[in-house]
Amino acid sequence: MRKVSRLSRFNVASLALGLAFLYLPILILVIYSFNASRLVTVWGGWSLRWYHEFFNDRAMIEAAWMSFRVAVSSATIATLLGTLAAVALSRGERFRGRTLFSGMLYAPLVMPEVITGLSLLLLFVALNAERGFWTVTIAHTTLTMCFVAVVVQSRLGSLDRSLEEAAMDLGCDPVRAFLSVTLPLIAPAIVAGWMLAFTLSLDDLVIASFTTGPGSATLPIRIYSEVRLGVKPEINAICTLVIALIAVVIVIASLASKLSSSQGESAAPL
Amino acid sequence: MTDELPRTGAAADAAGGDALPAAGQPLLRIEGVAKTFGTFRAVDGVSLDIKAGEFLALLGPSGCGKTTLLRMLAGFEAPDEGRILLGDKDIAQALPHERPINMMFQNYALFPHLSVRDNIAFGLKRAGMARADIAARVAEMVALVKLEGLEKRRPDQLSGGQRQRVALARALARRPQLLLLDEPLAALDKKLRENTQGELMELQRRLGMTFIVVTHDQEEAMTMASRIGVMNAGRLAQVASPRELYEAPRSRWIAEFVGDVNVFDGETRLRDGHRLVIGTRDAGTLVVAEPREPVGAGKFSIAIRPEKIKLSRRAPVSEVGRETTINIIDGVIADICYLGGTTTYKVKLDTGGIVRASVANSARLDVDAYSVGQQIVAWFTPDDCVVLPS
Amino acid sequence: MSSRRIFARPARFAAIAPYVWMALFFLVPFAFVLKISLSQTAIAQPPYEPVFDLTAGWDALRAAFAALSIDNFKLLVSDDIYVFAYVRSLTVALTATALLLLIGYPIAYGMARLPKSWQAVAMVLVIVPFWTSFLIRIYAWINILQHDGLLNQILLALHLVGQPVVWLSTDSAMYIGIVYSYLPFMILPLYATLAKMEPALEEAAGDLGAPPWQVFWLVTFPLSLPGVGAGVLLCFIPIVGEFVIPDLLAGSNSLMIGQTLWLEFFTNKDWPVASAAAIVLLLVLLVPLLLYERLQKRQLEQGR
Repeated sequence: MRKVSRLSRFNVASLALGLAFLYLPILILVIYSFNASRLVTVWGGWSLRWYHEFFNDRAMIEAAWMSFRVAVSSATIATLLGTLAAVALSRGERFRGRTLFSGMLYAPLVMPEVITGLSLLLLFVALNAERGFWTVTIAHTTLTMCFVAVVVQSRLGSLDRSLEEAAMDLGCDPVRAFLSVTLPLIAPAIVAGWMLAFTLSLDDLVIASFTTGPGSATLPIRIYSEVRLGVKPEINAICTLVIALIAVVIVIASLASKLSSSQGESAAPL
Repeated sequence: MTDELPRTGAAADAAGGDALPAAGQPLLRIEGVAKTFGTFRAVDGVSLDIKAGEFLALLGPSGCGKTTLLRMLAGFEAPDEGRILLGDKDIAQALPHERPINMMFQNYALFPHLSVRDNIAFGLKRAGMARADIAARVAEMVALVKLEGLEKRRPDQLSGGQRQRVALARALARRPQLLLLDEPLAALDKKLRENTQGELMELQRRLGMTFIVVTHDQEEAMTMASRIGVMNAGRLAQVASPRELYEAPRSRWIAEFVGDVNVFDGETRLRDGHRLVIGTRDAGTLVVAEPREPVGAGKFSIAIRPEKIKLSRRAPVSEVGRETTINIIDGVIADICYLGGTTTYKVKLDTGGIVRASVANSARLDVDAYSVGQQIVAWFTPDDCVVLPS
Repeated sequence: MSSRRIFARPARFAAIAPYVWMALFFLVPFAFVLKISLSQTAIAQPPYEPVFDLTAGWDALRAAFAALSIDNFKLLVSDDIYVFAYVRSLTVALTATALLLLIGYPIAYGMARLPKSWQAVAMVLVIVPFWTSFLIRIYAWINILQHDGLLNQILLALHLVGQPVVWLSTDSAMYIGIVYSYLPFMILPLYATLAKMEPALEEAAGDLGAPPWQVFWLVTFPLSLPGVGAGVLLCFIPIVGEFVIPDLLAGSNSLMIGQTLWLEFFTNKDWPVASAAAIVLLLVLLVPLLLYERLQKRQLEQGR
């Protein structure tokens, strides 16, 4: 017996409109990045002119490189710390300071960025730290490790605990059981966490504005100052490149997690 | 037979054709084990000896503590009280990976990221076996559970029955002294379950291993186990062979839990040699055989299995003589339940009580069957009755 | 001891590094915000006084403590600009959250009713825009909403309007931007609860004689309330402190508190007032933040 579809016409319409709303603006932006006309809204034929412009814009390229470096390093540190935090929260049972710990991890998820940014800057000033690459990286790590922790924790929570018991039953001590069974099984979530951290860092304007120093602007800071002066076709090109980069990251990461899940135990770290 | 595993158990020796440990020496001794979760006493002072080579079933309703007891043997829970002796060593507080005991999990807990081969080899690698020995052992296990050709599959590419076999092979691979099985057949459908029961018994006999299986299915326990421990509310209510459990239950609760039963409450009227005469409210005066351990006067419950009760249109001849006394009660057929192999009749007694009688359908065409409303006589012998403390 | 406890011992060691990190870079900074909110601006580096200098000796430290005051907070409460900014932030956040719920619910509901295999696809489709940069998405709307932008071109071509409508620098543009940016945050928790719901419940309600709209209001909606709560908090809290969207899309005559804070900090270089504004914002958001924490905890730590 086949189940009758539960979709009503209203459901279909709201889905279609919703997705159109989400995608059309981005699509339009991408299309106009190939516009030959200087006027952003007049179609002047296909052209790569604005991409050339971008690649000759040294300041913009430098900002993009800075953003990329910050995103890679902060995402990597955040993935390490966030995964450790998730393990402690989902496998540590009760321990002293647990409530404070989970509080500190969940609050930044919704905390307005102006608050996080300002407070970190004041810390860096008080510590007399030189502001630039490292301060932004630390700030982004602080924000994004919370997202990693949540992603990994929810995967750990849904994992069948009897798999870990089976590993112990078959001769693993707890650490060994974690490394040979749990870790390979949560690897996709860890990869997803890294991707999320990477894009959040690449994306952030507010926290970076507070915590960076003179001469080390990130890409969003540059884009923001250009956008405030009005729409420029070059910005469309940059945005398209960023979207393409993120798309590549998503594809690579999902391929990697698929690959790791189709290999045997040899793929496991131990 | 050379064996790389440091913790080779009696079972491995048995498989190699060697002798079992000295008779009378239990493999595992559980002594006054108790476990409390919060305020709930899940296991409440259980003592039990498990002999090498036996197939023991722990049977009981859900929440009776059987799974907790099993998990304490595996090392996933530590008892609050009592000792668990394996040989002379108390392993009650040992961690799971330190015990020569393996477990087959209810949901199998197969590692989804590993192939059948790697699942089976998992425990062997942890024991530090040489590569070639692991390969040989895995091949042996695969053959044992008839999974040849599926070694490279992943758990999600297997059927339920195949998964069950992988779980079994994985748990057996380390040649544990004791194999624990937590509801091993619960996830299989009925036909497959019956076949697998037979295979498990055959395997256990062939390997000469000691199995402890937890189940809530009494038919399964009866079929497979040589001994059954019935648990209720954290305690062992009775440990006995399947036949003894069914025919000589120790309490009313066990009689009602294992199989179907008619119970009449009554009081001793008379003691006549090894016969007791008991007056009941529902079934009048009954003559029953005195139990093995003599009982005093007082209130008792009389339990009679439905298949021990015979039905006929007219009362059989019952001499008042000792050996041939028959208990006869009159009633009316109130309900008929045809079950294929047997038919269960509900007989309404004149006193208002109900008796269930199960009759084998030995003939295909039963032209002479009883019908609802028909006056009838139900009868049974004193030896069919079990006297239980009230 | 249970197997969970056996596992817990090494797992707790994993907490050390993230714990120290978060304490140092999340908790401790608030002490500095608090301290500076009680200081005065100065034309110096750093631009506030007093500056605590542990090497200056005990008396200097005492003097520094004595120089702290709550003047900045008095200013925030007495000056209309700040009060208006807080009120406007809350109004905008409430309105936008209501809009988001109104728009997000039907989409999440539609997703939950898709065949199982399609649900995963729909989920990816909703998440992907979230992966593309926030700033880029706002910028995309500037493209569309500007004076000679696509929206006005379409409206003119359809003769719906006689001359271009001013969209940019209006509240409508800001609401469009907020809804657009936060929509996935509303849809995902809603979808999560709706997808988990047993379809038999709706069927049972229908079987018992409820027409579809009653089935929705009496069964579906009440059961989806945890998702509604999560979605509302996930949107409301950050929107209150939002800076980028109102800055780029709304007019500059009435500011939200995030903008005011930014202005005080970057333009006026008044760090103490900005810090005080942050503290007040944190207090305003304390209750929803705690609610959110509880929700998040319950969701991630069920079965404990």
